Amino acid sequence: MKLYCLSSDASKPCFVLSFKELLIMLDCGLSAHSVLNFLPLPPVPSTRLASLPNYTPPHHNDPLLEGELKECCGRVFVDSIPEFCPPLDKVVDFSQLDVILISNYTCMLALPFITEETGFKGQVYATEPTLQIGRFYLEELSEWVSASGEDSGAAKRWKEAVHVLPPPLADAVRPRAWRRLLAPQHIARALSRVRVVGYDERVDIYGALDATAVSSGFCLGSANWVLRSAHEKVAYVSGSSTLTTHPRPINQAALRGADLLILAALTQTPAHNPDHMLGDLCVHATVTLRGGGSVLCPVYPSGVLYDLLECLSAHLEGAGLAHVPLYVVSPVADSSLAYSNILAEWVSATKQARVYVPEEPFPHAALVRSSRLRHARALHDDALSDFRQPCVLFCGHPSLRFGAAVHMVELWASNPLHAIIFTEPDFPHTEALAPFQPIAMKAFHCPIDTSLNYSQANKLVRELRPRELALPDQYAPPAPASSSAPPPRETSRPHISADVPTLVVRRGAALRAGTRRVAARATLSGSLAARVAARELRAGVRGAPLRASLSLRDSRLELHSPPPGAPGAAPAPPPRLQCAPPDVDALERELVRAGATDARVERGADGCILHLPRHDTLVHVDRLATHVFCEGGADVRQALRRALHACVPHL
Amino acid sequence: MPDMKITPLGAGQDVGRSCILLSMGGKNIMLDCGMHMGYNDERRFPDFSYIVPEGPITSQIDCVIISHFHLDHCGALPYMSEMIGYTGPIYMTHPTKAIAPILLEDMRKVVVERKGESNFFTSQMIKDCIKKVTAVTLHQSVMVDNELEIKAYYAGHVLGAAMFWIRVGSQSVVYTGDYNMTPDRHLGAAWIDKCRPDLLITESTYATTIRDSKRCRERDFLKKVHECVEKGGKVLIPVFALGRAQELCILLETYWERMNLKYPVYFALGLTEKANNYYKMFITWTNQKIRKTFVQRNMFDFKHIKPFDKSYIDNPGAMVVFATPGMLHAGLSLNIFKKWAPYEQNMVIMPGFCVQGTVGHKILNGAKKIEFENRQVVEVKMAVEYMSFSAHADAKGIMQLIQYCEPKNVLLVHGEALKMEFLKEKIEKEFKISCFMPANGETCTINTPTKIPIDVSLRLLKAEAVRYNALPPDPKRRRVVNGILCVRDNRLSLLDIDEMCDEIGINRHIIRFTSTVRLEDPGPAVKTAEKLKNLLSEKLEGWTITISDGNISVESVLIKVEGEDDSTKNIYVSWTNQDEDLGSYILGLLQSMVQ
Ligand SMILES: [Zn+2]
Repeated sequence: MKLYCLSSDASKPCFVLSFKELLIMLDCGLSAHSVLNFLPLPPVPSTRLASLPNYTPPHHNDPLLEGELKECCGRVFVDSIPEFCPPLDKVVDFSQLDVILISNYTCMLALPFITEETGFKGQVYATEPTLQIGRFYLEELSEWVSASGEDSGAAKRWKEAVHVLPPPLADAVRPRAWRRLLAPQHIARALSRVRVVGYDERVDIYGALDATAVSSGFCLGSANWVLRSAHEKVAYVSGSSTLTTHPRPINQAALRGADLLILAALTQTPAHNPDHMLGDLCVHATVTLRGGGSVLCPVYPSGVLYDLLECLSAHLEGAGLAHVPLYVVSPVADSSLAYSNILAEWVSATKQARVYVPEEPFPHAALVRSSRLRHARALHDDALSDFRQPCVLFCGHPSLRFGAAVHMVELWASNPLHAIIFTEPDFPHTEALAPFQPIAMKAFHCPIDTSLNYSQANKLVRELRPRELALPDQYAPPAPASSSAPPPRETSRPHISADVPTLVVRRGAALRAGTRRVAARATLSGSLAARVAARELRAGVRGAPLRASLSLRDSRLELHSPPPGAPGAAPAPPPRLQCAPPDVDALERELVRAGATDARVERGADGCILHLPRHDTLVHVDRLATHVFCEGGADVRQALRRALHACVPHL
Repeated sequence: MPDMKITPLGAGQDVGRSCILLSMGGKNIMLDCGMHMGYNDERRFPDFSYIVPEGPITSQIDCVIISHFHLDHCGALPYMSEMIGYTGPIYMTHPTKAIAPILLEDMRKVVVERKGESNFFTSQMIKDCIKKVTAVTLHQSVMVDNELEIKAYYAGHVLGAAMFWIRVGSQSVVYTGDYNMTPDRHLGAAWIDKCRPDLLITESTYATTIRDSKRCRERDFLKKVHECVEKGGKVLIPVFALGRAQELCILLETYWERMNLKYPVYFALGLTEKANNYYKMFITWTNQKIRKTFVQRNMFDFKHIKPFDKSYIDNPGAMVVFATPGMLHAGLSLNIFKKWAPYEQNMVIMPGFCVQGTVGHKILNGAKKIEFENRQVVEVKMAVEYMSFSAHADAKGIMQLIQYCEPKNVLLVHGEALKMEFLKEKIEKEFKISCFMPANGETCTINTPTKIPIDVSLRLLKAEAVRYNALPPDPKRRRVVNGILCVRDNRLSLLDIDEMCDEIGINRHIIRFTSTVRLEDPGPAVKTAEKLKNLLSEKLEGWTITISDGNISVESVLIKVEGEDDSTKNIYVSWTNQDEDLGSYILGLLQSMVQ
């Protein structure tokens, strides 16, 4: 077994596992951190952004760099369509991948980069909500990022000059590998490859192993994957949550006792308790609304959004602010809100109980019916014609580099009554706001990341008792300091400390894990088994020679009764297990019976030599071996074999 | 040979009370727990005393599986769990769990409130019963206990209907419940993978029919309804609240829209909204088209179909009314029927199967006078039409399902004996597999081959593959492994001889043979070895031949060349006892080369 790591962003993982001669990709997360280096793409032209001054690095003379970089409040941004950081494509040949297993919709956005125009021929598996909501995410992205004209020349020159640029651009990791989002038709084709699976459904992977998605408790349809061959078990735990929110709770039992446990996508904000953050958000929103300001929440179109709507609407009602309208603006808002209410089989027991009434599992359907919640595809939509303030507005993108949120920040930034509340953990909020500075509106950071935190993850690993654990290096304990130096400050960084052998994988690296397999699983037909009389060979172990015909059907190995030997030809004798040297006297007698009467025996300290001078043959017998040096004909050798068979003790 | 035993307690050569006992590998499973709508006495429930004449039933049944919400498949469940006292696990899909209690409650009301029966389960009992149900999703593999595994497949038929695959050890069974192999206006077609069960238990409601195309039937239906209302007649369509009703509503709705008709269409019982809510909530169980468009337009929001009020019964003029229940055995549909039956401009369309004993069954058989319990006699002058819209598989569909899953045996239930007989012959002839059709209370025993899991040594398999590939290709040649069966802690493995020695911790006594061939070949011994290697490679295609330090090895046979540069070379060929075939072959080869 070998494990490759293709992503440097532990919360947007991408691994490849070679297991039983198959190449299995686990997740294909798209790191969007890179977009923060770009200037925002406003949905309507912004004079402020357009009039930002050009930036030229000092002492660097490259006319081609002209116009690629802009400066805002001391920060430098690339003026081009934002680019993403897909998984490494040099380590594993994507055309050789057999299977891609996706754990949840936040970890699949690089799928088109893996499957389109790479020669990919494998299968992709995900749960139905993962596919649908992943589709919403990708469609939303592609609507925004390709809306501004695909052909406007991409800024490339700056990538050659990173070394002369100020941070954070100077620290950009491999910017040449950054890519624009693929075209909508590629995205559609990639998504059409996904085969839908249910929780606890065993998917047969080319007859070599079973893959099962089990609930991971993180979001609608989120799954951990259990790979099982007849002899090994690998558990891939990515984006899991032990908290009680709207999805089905995590299924821990299925993950127990794995030979290898791969842990990925832990919380990105370990210092922030999600429950407290939700409470803080409600308080900040209430205070802002009471003060006559509006609230902007830059969010993704699914996931925590549902919890925000549920909690905030209840909280506002309690605060006497039930009249404040809630808006969700996204190209996929209608689908996302409608879709979440038909996923009865994927939600928590409490939500499921509502379906039996029958009522929608999420209250946002009722909010829409009572017109407290409005949703629209875009800000200029008719559905928003009676847009009222103060209000709470949910829209994307959380990076503030594209989508309706860009326009709203531009619009509200100068008003200190308004507030922007960041809930998505993917982007540091100060960096998200950097190209909008200076701003007067209040900014609050209430990240809600329900994935496992480090102590929950440590507890989980202890309970699951894997034989081996694999981690991205971000989660591993810091490297031990040299003995003389004082321990670096970094040791206080949260990490996973497990009492099991731990493999640490870095981007671009491969690791050998698990054990070599020595056997294949087959079935033995009952009729053949009934004919075998196994004897006790040692306490608790029985054995018997077995000759069986072998058949392979649908990659499943079967053992049946052997074919009758061809007429005249004796079937091959079963193998014998000789366990002690022959009794030499008996051997002599056997040889005499076979006509070899000239045997002479010389006994030594640790064995003896039997000499058949007439047949030019010597037999050395010692404790572990009998060696026959036979210069006679084949008939002599056969006679000797028969004699030896008769008197070498065997099992 | 281990057996499996199947005993229908209902649905054995019969329609209307599905309940089948399945025993295999020491597990007892009850497949459906249905109620017969045609009886008012104890015959409506399965004969549970068959399982255990007295005493607790829970210890005798490992689990109950309900295929779908029709009462002939789940109607006796509250009776079994709340009145007989079964406390073990019960499985059904999420939509079935949501909808079954509603139908059970409707039925209970009819039985208790209208017919005045007292010894029947209560509303509370239905609730308590449903609480005990474990809901499953499609394709989820559910371990009932360590040995018993079940898995649901999509069955079409009605919302949430499932077929179940059941496995104990190496034995497996597929039970279809009711299913439908052709997609309809709101549901998809049944689907199963090639799971090759030992036994397929399939319904056979339409065992002999190959139904004409769905489109023709639909056109026929619309034409009849239209003609009747045009003449001012009233059309009664008795339906069950959930299922066919939704499909027919979609059909009428689109027709009314297209033809711009204004005649009122009603759906009775106020169930419309609730029923349609279930369809909305479980839209993932409907067909592709509805799922794709549900965000823009919900197929279950009807414009032309309005809720029915009892006072409309006597309204003059044309109308179309969907009323429950579907077999005219009780309730509103029967009340409307009594009022409308004596007038010949009216029409009743029976869109599904009616069990014996129901009014529906009687009029379909041409009864012109129906006598009721209270001596009331109703003359039937209205037109009676039968349109098979029941989503059951027809003969073609049943054969198709057999083709899909490739069972080793088939057992027919939920059908009429004569028709079953016909289908049985067809199956046995076409698929060359046994087909059974036990009657109620009759036990059918089926032998199944055992398959025991075993680990086969990769070394053994590789050695076999090398030997096999070395031989000239022959598709008829069977592959054979020779190894040692090892049984330890009840786990089986097939090992090669050295692995077996390790397993039992003994040193093996090795018998080795060495013979010499002399060869006149001047030059260094290493050169001679090279030549030999090339010669052997030609003769032994496909075998692994390596050379190092002048020693050649062909698989496990060793060949060593010795001798001074200018003298005769001694070629030693050495092999162990079990490689006698290869060793003597190579020796012979070298000897013939020397001569
Ligand atoms: Zn049915």
